[in-house]
Amino acid sequence: MRWVMLILALAGFALLYVPLLILVIYSFNASQLVSVWGGWSTRWYVELWSNEAILDAAFVSLQVAVLSATIGTAFGTLIGYVLSRFGGFRLRTVFTAMATAPIVMPEVVTGLSLLLLFISMEQLIGWPAGRSVTTIVIAHATFGMAFVAVVIQTRLAGFDRSIEEAARDLGARQPQIFLGITLPVIAPALISGWLLAFTLSLDDLVIASFVSGQGSSTLPMVIYSKVRLGVSPDVNALGTIVIAAVALGLFLAAWIMRRGDAKRKREEARAMAGQ
Amino acid sequence: MAHAAARPKGSVSDVREHPSMTMRDRISGALGRRLVIGTPFLWLLIFFLVPFGIVFLVSLGAPEFGVPPYSPAFEWDGGVPRFVGSFDNYIFLTEDDLYWIAYLGSVKIALGATLLCLLVAYPMAYMIARAEPGMRNILLMLVILPFWTSSLLRIYALMGMLRQGGFINSALMGLGITDAPIQMMQTDFAVYLTIVFTYLPLMVLPLYSTLEKLDGSLLEAAADLGANSFQTFWTVTLPLSLPGILAGCLLVFIPAVGEFVIPDLMGAQDSPMIGNVLWGEFTRNRDWPVASAVAIAMLALLVIPFMLLRNTSALRD
Repeated sequence: MRWVMLILALAGFALLYVPLLILVIYSFNASQLVSVWGGWSTRWYVELWSNEAILDAAFVSLQVAVLSATIGTAFGTLIGYVLSRFGGFRLRTVFTAMATAPIVMPEVVTGLSLLLLFISMEQLIGWPAGRSVTTIVIAHATFGMAFVAVVIQTRLAGFDRSIEEAARDLGARQPQIFLGITLPVIAPALISGWLLAFTLSLDDLVIASFVSGQGSSTLPMVIYSKVRLGVSPDVNALGTIVIAAVALGLFLAAWIMRRGDAKRKREEARAMAGQ
Repeated sequence: MAHAAARPKGSVSDVREHPSMTMRDRISGALGRRLVIGTPFLWLLIFFLVPFGIVFLVSLGAPEFGVPPYSPAFEWDGGVPRFVGSFDNYIFLTEDDLYWIAYLGSVKIALGATLLCLLVAYPMAYMIARAEPGMRNILLMLVILPFWTSSLLRIYALMGMLRQGGFINSALMGLGITDAPIQMMQTDFAVYLTIVFTYLPLMVLPLYSTLEKLDGSLLEAAADLGANSFQTFWTVTLPLSLPGILAGCLLVFIPAVGEFVIPDLMGAQDSPMIGNVLWGEFTRNRDWPVASAVAIAMLALLVIPFMLLRNTSALRD
């Protein structure tokens, strides 16, 4: 049993990584043809760096991702807090449904509905004028906040309520408790929620295709049109850069977390010794 | 947690009412509470609920040549709205086979791909849960890493493997196993494989989190009672990991049904999935009312049943 599982698991990891490995290797291929190995070269990286369309789109995507993740985290935190701390209120069912539905909504449906909304709003109140970075930010913030809300709600559910209650007994008011106790405790969840919203925004192609306008093409949109046209080796180079950046980010995150753990253990040991 | 459980139900209201609170505190507290609920509520109302109302209204209209390219479902008749729309678009959806075939085809592909994904993911989650702590973290990282990269770039990487002049065909021909390249792109096979490849991390993680919590003493007990490892797996491990299996399957199945990018890049053009049908109606045919009707139908046949089922799911993990 153990051996069967091990071999199958290795096959699974191979499925995840072999295509990525090939992509990384071929990003250094001097030849234009994917099937021909023309020796090692960095020409696709140079070409990528001089591709205005990709650089512009990357800038748009980063801008959208930072803004939408920030808005999404702010609202998502409020939603998560309301869902786990406010008990019952009128329209709670509607609130909960609206807060979680974006997660399971097919992207084409979300994209279409938001585009129709923006068109109607423009007709009625003249805002937003056309489709731009603003409309993509609104769209991404809306689904981002649903994911952040789940992350925050999970964190709040696993956090000792008696600390908040103690603060209340000592006379602290609700905003003080939130800012002084709740927020610092859920800070790691805020960071992971923000990163999740940021990544989902960078990853989205379908919704952005509906709600973007002239001059606000995101990076996935530009890659998609290149990929549809056929082989483009500079996309291999871009993929390699993204993989490297994510690997570095994960490595740093793991390192910081481990250091934090070690520090906490030391402090605990010291506290025990002091008693 | 025990403390919270011991309190009577509904006593969460003590967030608002505490003996030390003055009248002023209570008023400002109530106001603050409204603000905290109201702000995100308003956002979701405008940018989530209202859009579906608009989609529904557009789905009742008729396509028209103009900007926007549809006739409204209501006309203003001396300041009073008069309904001039119809449910023709929905009737059209049931009459034209294209939509049923696309919808059922999408469900079939999503279901098959979800099961394949489960088969590939389970051994991975199982081995990770049983690995040494240090190794476990590394393996988990390896599962999470592709999830944080771009799914479009990963699909592109897979295209590099599968295309006519791609890695697999070059290798097969280089080794003399085949003479001509095998057609793998634009097939259902490519769609299944790509969905499994893309959604694999979403399946592994919930499976891992249930398998990790599995009580090892149960496995020992089964072994002591004479079960072999296969019997132990089949009668103890597998049933106990059902919540994770359900959560993972939902996380893969729901987005897979509405998938647009994968069938568009990898699938055959003559068998589109429902997401591609919607996109095609909207962009190529410029038939916004029918596209809207497809969206409402997807909502009714996919999202609403799921929302109703949600209480039993472990999505909250």
